[in-house]
Amino acid sequence: MDIKILGPGCANCSSLEKLVFNVLAELNADANVSKVTDFKEIASYGVMSTPALVIDGQVKFSGVVPSKAKMTEIITEAINRG
Amino acid sequence: MNIATQIFGWLNDQLLRMTWLWESVRLLVEKVFGLSIQERLGGSIHFFIYDTIKIFILLSVLIFGISYIQSYFPPERTKKILGGIKGIRGNIVGALLGTITPFCSCSSIPIFIGFTSAGLPLGVTFSFLISSPLVDLASLLLLMSFFGAKIAVAYVVVGLVLAVIGGTLIDKLGLEEYVEGYIREIESVESSIVEMTREERISYAKEQVKAIIKRVWLYVLIGVGIGAVIHNWIPQSIIENVVGANNPFAVILATVVGIPMYADIFGTLPIAEALFKKGVGAGTILSFMMAVTALSLPSLIMLSKVVKPKLLAVFFTIVTVGIIIIGYLFNASSYFIG
Repeated sequence: MDIKILGPGCANCSSLEKLVFNVLAELNADANVSKVTDFKEIASYGVMSTPALVIDGQVKFSGVVPSKAKMTEIITEAINRG
Repeated sequence: MNIATQIFGWLNDQLLRMTWLWESVRLLVEKVFGLSIQERLGGSIHFFIYDTIKIFILLSVLIFGISYIQSYFPPERTKKILGGIKGIRGNIVGALLGTITPFCSCSSIPIFIGFTSAGLPLGVTFSFLISSPLVDLASLLLLMSFFGAKIAVAYVVVGLVLAVIGGTLIDKLGLEEYVEGYIREIESVESSIVEMTREERISYAKEQVKAIIKRVWLYVLIGVGIGAVIHNWIPQSIIENVVGANNPFAVILATVVGIPMYADIFGTLPIAEALFKKGVGAGTILSFMMAVTALSLPSLIMLSKVVKPKLLAVFFTIVTVGIIIIGYLFNASSYFIG
């Protein structure tokens, strides 16, 4: 699974990153997590508000840091899809 | 009818102008500190405590409510709505959507790129970018609280007019070639808009309140401090000569001083309020607030990454001149409407 965190480095971006690692650890899941800070690349995902989360090339959400429950749901779904 | 007016007036006094708080702080200053609020020290302490509490209450309540509404209008949706509208109506809708789309100067670049690559006219994007920091629902209610409904509505209306005219002018000047080249190469992507649940909207709104308070509290305290000094320590005659009716260049001065300042409306209000109480013209105050919120060094630096210097200069000039004209028109008209 390939997870990308989109954001120019705002406070919310780092809290999203922490949340992702938290949930991954809890689910005992393995993923390749990277950060995207370049505006050009962020825009190439059609994202206009940051932070945003991309899993396997698909934008899951943007402009919010979701609740932990929601995050767990999103990542579990991505794992099940393979 | 009369009763309705009275109830509305009472609600406005208690909820927006917070006369109860004004009274409580007066009692605190007079009974506990033993100072009269008619005197300088007591007066400035009263101004400082009352304004600080009032702004933080309004800030928390307003940002919460407005963030909740804004959660229905992510920029991705705004882009979609604007995509189907042509001509000056696009500018008008762009300016209106600017008031309800969540905005901070850090998001202006992705929004600019997103709008431009989706093929929206440059003018529409600029209408949005002018109105977004300048006018929002929070500023309308805040201005009502501090200055009354007349000035508040006037601020919002002229702010929107400035955004529409500014955007239209940029459109007519045909400056598309002055957008940085790499932006055109970015392909427009339709991203799906993820619907939030009610709980998510509420927690989003709470997070917004926290984040905004964290960002602006210092500016608010500085603003209230400056306001208290203006209110009680600077002689009336100096104010009148520098920014009052005695100085024909007051509006220009207020605009030029306001532009580099990076604060939002919350930090600006106490200064504006103190000047207003000293009898400074409404136009001068509006110009000052608009200059502070619409233009700032950080947002200009951000924009310079996506547009070439010429377009940036045109944008800057149109907004500055617009703000100055608005100021003079208001000062002139207030002689007639009082």
